[in-house]
Amino acid sequence: MAQHRIVLKPRTGMTGINWRELFEYRDLFFFLVWRGIKVRYAQSALGIGWAVVQPVFSMVVYTVILGKLAKIQSDGVPYAVFSFAGLVPWTYFANALTDSSNSLIGNSNLVSKVYFPRMILPLSSVLAKLVDFGIAMLLLFALMVWYGVFPNASIVALPLLILLMMVTAAGLGMWFTAMAIQYRDVSYAMNFIVQLLMYAAPVVYPSSLIPEKYQLFYALNPMVGVIEGFRAALLGTRPMPWDFIGVGSIVALGLLVSGALYFRFKERIFADVA
Amino acid sequence: MGNAVIKVESLGKCYRLGMKEEIHDTFVGAMASWMRSPLQNFKNLQKLAAFNPGDESDDILWALRDVSFEVKQGEVLGIIGHNGAGKSTLLKILSRITDPSTGSVTVDGRVASLLEVGTGFHQDLTGRENVYMNGTILGMTKKEIDRKFDEIIDFSGVEKFIDTPIKRYSSGMKVRLAFSVAAHLEPEILVIDEVLAVGDAAFQKKCLGKMQDVATQGRTVLFVSHQLEALSNLCSRAIMLEKGTIYKTGDTEEVISTYLNKQATQSTTRLRDRTDRQGDGRIRFIDSWIENDKGDRSNIFRSGELLKIVLAYEVKEGLALSNITASIAINSIKNISVTLLRNDNTGDSFEGQIPSSGRLECIVKRLPLNVGSYSYNVSVHSLGGLEDWVPHAGSFDVEPGDFFGTGRIPDRERLILMDHNWSINTNTF
Ligand SMILES: Nc1ncnc2c1ncn2[C@@H]1O[C@H](COP(=O)(O)OP(=O)(O)O)[C@@H](O)[C@H]1O
Ligand SMILES: [Mg+2]
Repeated sequence: MAQHRIVLKPRTGMTGINWRELFEYRDLFFFLVWRGIKVRYAQSALGIGWAVVQPVFSMVVYTVILGKLAKIQSDGVPYAVFSFAGLVPWTYFANALTDSSNSLIGNSNLVSKVYFPRMILPLSSVLAKLVDFGIAMLLLFALMVWYGVFPNASIVALPLLILLMMVTAAGLGMWFTAMAIQYRDVSYAMNFIVQLLMYAAPVVYPSSLIPEKYQLFYALNPMVGVIEGFRAALLGTRPMPWDFIGVGSIVALGLLVSGALYFRFKERIFADVA
Repeated sequence: MGNAVIKVESLGKCYRLGMKEEIHDTFVGAMASWMRSPLQNFKNLQKLAAFNPGDESDDILWALRDVSFEVKQGEVLGIIGHNGAGKSTLLKILSRITDPSTGSVTVDGRVASLLEVGTGFHQDLTGRENVYMNGTILGMTKKEIDRKFDEIIDFSGVEKFIDTPIKRYSSGMKVRLAFSVAAHLEPEILVIDEVLAVGDAAFQKKCLGKMQDVATQGRTVLFVSHQLEALSNLCSRAIMLEKGTIYKTGDTEEVISTYLNKQATQSTTRLRDRTDRQGDGRIRFIDSWIENDKGDRSNIFRSGELLKIVLAYEVKEGLALSNITASIAINSIKNISVTLLRNDNTGDSFEGQIPSSGRLECIVKRLPLNVGSYSYNVSVHSLGGLEDWVPHAGSFDVEPGDFFGTGRIPDRERLILMDHNWSINTNTF
């Protein structure tokens, strides 16, 4: 009996993360991930095709405007495949971030009516978006074959890069969603924030355009290491940028830990303002 | 009956008024006002997240204050109280949805809470999928649901449609499915808010039966309801909350009669003796109450129900009055003027001489008000002008109800329910 004793008291100060409880709620976590995937494709004519529409159309637009007209340099590979290798991780990041930032507001009925570790909400968004990412990756491979570009040995670093982009999305997502439930306009501003962040990462241009002395500063954005890493592994445009990835990982971990703590700190008011 | 499994000690919960509005504040707006008066804003924002126990400022609302009680293992405890008494808040704290502001609660055992029917239901998911979704949200594991799945479907009576998206369900079917999931929860402690108010009567009965089973299995249940009958059948002990504090606790029947008495005394006795009135007083209100469709006095109605407001009056000795106009002005608890009921508007004029004492009765056939507390002012005019006016002559609470007769409980955020119909037309011009 006493194994389930809980004492409820006013919370003060910082609260750590209750790992055991997160684990106990794993079924809910997976159902939320699954619901996120299922609901997105229910009743849409294009279905799973939506996962590729967004990056493909962006790729076409950027290829015409930046690749053909502005003649942005693309590290020796065709601009189409160059930009697509950046757009695939970027689209994942943008969607995962937007979704997790809206996760508390979007589920305010749950937050105010049942108890569960709230952190499940932003984290499940980050996981659910991996499906789209997987599909877009397949298309990227197809495009590479088409252009005759092949991955090299450093592709073994890919899982690490994927983890890095997930951690970044989760960390920022927790920050934003905890703010958004109190200040709704954080969620209104999401599109704008994501757009700005995109130009702060080498999505449609190569990082070699950034002057040498600013490169490490530039790499503070973890997506810089992720995207350049993708290109290094898949297109062989450059050696694996371990310096970018190292800096990015530290920042991403910082975002994750601070995001989780901030989220836990704000958690006590979620149900009251939801 | 074992030892106490829930121990509530001087529990308090305060909400900062305007906290809800705070959401709609824009960040930019907050920044701007921050710049205007940085110190004050900093204090305000800090206050939003943290309360001092002794804080008495007027933008604080104590939804619960100094509440202490214990619940023993296997006990079924009823909780009653008027709208806004703090019942839901208490349940939310017990089920860990929100934190207390003061005091503490010790809970031994797994708690499942049912504050709403069908939490997490998604229109695009099938019945089967929603059972899993809703079940895990209520704290069941997938295994547990697998095991009980057939039983749940059986209980709901919607097995034929179980693989159809629930947006194709009638609202009654949705409610049944949702209840079935909830009825199969098996936590050590079950916390239930006024959810049984929805659903059709037969199914409600079935659910109450199921709850009776749960209760006899030695589970601890906390049960909020306005269905006094259900309460007295299920609960051995009850608590009455009033304005956030415990007003009475004890044997269920005793608490229920206290509750009914309080309701009766609040609205009937004092009208004759009230002095905060205006008018010439040739005719005066001496009593007012409200009756339901069975003719019983009540202060609690559901949206869509019939309600009869009765105004008992006396004409001053030796006078004969004719041509009076009576009106009842209904206000919400937040003092919004909701509507005015006037006999001359409806064409029910009292032109001839009226009896020297009697009752003016005003019938509202289908109460179009949404959940909340309401009070009414009464007034009567003669040709000579205002005769009597009494503010807050009576009050009533509105509970969620099936206003549209569809088995579906409307969104409770809005004040008014309006009869309407929808159609689709292929012609765009
Ligand atoms: N999130 C909230 N923010 C501000 N005030 C609230 C909030 N939730 C409830 N209240 C207020 O607390 C009081 C108690 O509400 P509640 O517990 O829902 O009452 P009951 O369930 O007994 O009708 C009410 O006055 C209500 O307006
Ligand atoms: Mg309530």
